[in-house]
Amino acid sequence: MTDETSNPIRDAIQTAIDDHDVILFMKGTPDAPACGFSARTVAALQTVGAPFAAVDILPDPRIREELSAISAWPTIPQLFVKGELVGGCDIVTEMYEAGELAQTLGVEAPEGAPAEAPAAEAPGPAPMGIENRLN
Amino acid sequence: MPSAQELKQRIEAAIPGASAEVEDLTGGGDHFRAVIVSNAFAGHSRLDQHRMVYDVFGEEVGGPIHALSITTQTGREP
Repeated sequence: MTDETSNPIRDAIQTAIDDHDVILFMKGTPDAPACGFSARTVAALQTVGAPFAAVDILPDPRIREELSAISAWPTIPQLFVKGELVGGCDIVTEMYEAGELAQTLGVEAPEGAPAEAPAAEAPGPAPMGIENRLN
Repeated sequence: MPSAQELKQRIEAAIPGASAEVEDLTGGGDHFRAVIVSNAFAGHSRLDQHRMVYDVFGEEVGGPIHALSITTQTGREP
């Protein structure tokens, strides 16, 4: 990684996106969001019971710069599922309100599940604090 | 400092057939909410619809425009 054209921050972000099925880039942490939009997005994820990794973009401005270069999306938060950008706070909120979010996050009961099974059996959130790997 | 009226005009000028309602959430000229209706959104994913709106402002989003909350709708009638 001593090559002059290498971009360790961008590489680390891309690796984090690739390594986590559900990953949220946000301001602050899930326990202490530093922005109302990040807080609302975390709340939606937690309500549908989706485990997700979270990266705080605040410690280094380069994280946000490189993230937006990867995603072509200018604002924070940004939610990725299976390597693809899903959207920011507005889209996540819309999907939550439309009942689409759980399915996108893969936390809906499988097709073959008994119809009478309660819908609220999803595992609790397990946010991973991986922000340090990007420094 | 951008105004809600300026954002509305720029969105409507840039996106064909767009009708926009823009609200300055704090009165400080940096947090806005925009609801945009345009048939130009038809056939585009929600992600791309929001990108079409962000693209109107380029790097101003995240800069002078600290936050731009977007709701896009496709017009039902021609």
